[in-house]
Amino acid sequence: MLSINYYLILSAVLFTIGVVGVLTRRNAILIFMCIELMLNSVNLTLVAFSAYLGNVEGQVLVFFVMAVAAAEAAVGLAIVLALFRNHVTVNLDEINILKW
Amino acid sequence: MELTDIIFYIFALVTIGSAMIVVFSRNLVYSAFSLMFTFLGVAGLYVLLLADFLAVTQLMIYVGGILVLMIFGVMLTHRVVNVEISSGAMRVIPATIVVGVFLGTLLLVLTRTKWMVMEGSPDVIGTTSMIGTALVTDYLLPFEVSGVVLLVAIVAAAFMARKR
Amino acid sequence: MLLEYLPLVLVLAVSLIFGIVATNASWLFGPRRPDPEKLSTYESGMTPVRTARQRFSVRFYMVAMLFIVFDIEVVFMYPWAVRFKDLGWFGFWEMLVFVGILMVGYGYIVKKGALEWD
Repeated sequence: MLSINYYLILSAVLFTIGVVGVLTRRNAILIFMCIELMLNSVNLTLVAFSAYLGNVEGQVLVFFVMAVAAAEAAVGLAIVLALFRNHVTVNLDEINILKW
Repeated sequence: MELTDIIFYIFALVTIGSAMIVVFSRNLVYSAFSLMFTFLGVAGLYVLLLADFLAVTQLMIYVGGILVLMIFGVMLTHRVVNVEISSGAMRVIPATIVVGVFLGTLLLVLTRTKWMVMEGSPDVIGTTSMIGTALVTDYLLPFEVSGVVLLVAIVAAAFMARKR
Repeated sequence: MLLEYLPLVLVLAVSLIFGIVATNASWLFGPRRPDPEKLSTYESGMTPVRTARQRFSVRFYMVAMLFIVFDIEVVFMYPWAVRFKDLGWFGFWEMLVFVGILMVGYGYIVKKGALEWD
């Protein structure tokens, strides 16, 4: 069995890839995908600790994270669709009506 | 090298490689589909970590649900006039600096810390029934609250997505 | 214990090999006499009328969104169902509360007519 550090480093790298996406890409849906990547890396950390501590509670937490992620995807994409209907763009740099 | 190590490296490669494609691909549809391989790789890692039920849940919720929603989002928001479904990148240099510092800190902390782990090889057998017990005993309140969260999600999404 | 997954790996391998072989065998052995009619997009035997790259209706999104929420509901039910006998009536009422909360949302959807295709 591998040491837990392998899993932790893997999820750190996965999280960082998600951060890169959120910082550099401008498409709202792509940013959603990157947020899902980050959530997945956190889930991976929780499951790794759950396995290496012999305790199932980490997996229960992952369960709730998945439920919240699904709710977030549903509402977030509905917001994106509403924005698209009003502005005909999903580029976040062009959506700046709250700026002054 | 043991067999499980090789399996770990294969899944890690699939996960990281397809996550890179998600972020750096110019085409949103390619991003969405390689996101599927990221989810599959993470599901494989769950299996390797003996979380069999969560691996199936990952497939059901992420691949079967969220990813379909994402692809619908891509299909619903591209402009009809320009066929190309692409999106550019911006502010690459400051982002690289921030992310480099972030990753360095993260790796330093993760590798320097001596994690408290169980002795011997982990064996959590039958996670499904253990999750079921935890869900309706210790985690009862979060369980019902997540029901409320889902209710709010239904109402909000239905309110915003419908045509006026 | 990872050996328990061997049947799963076998099924995956067989289905992958079958998929690759089946899709490539016709390309390998079949005769190729293309004409414009054959090369055009297949649309249930009709002549294609429009481009395939058009935005489709937001109602599909509504269905997908509802699917994902009730997908989660079922996933939450599964580990509870495995332990149903041990948890007894208390677990039953808890799950009924959970389902009841989600049914409020379902009632809202039906009342708003978001599922109607008119």
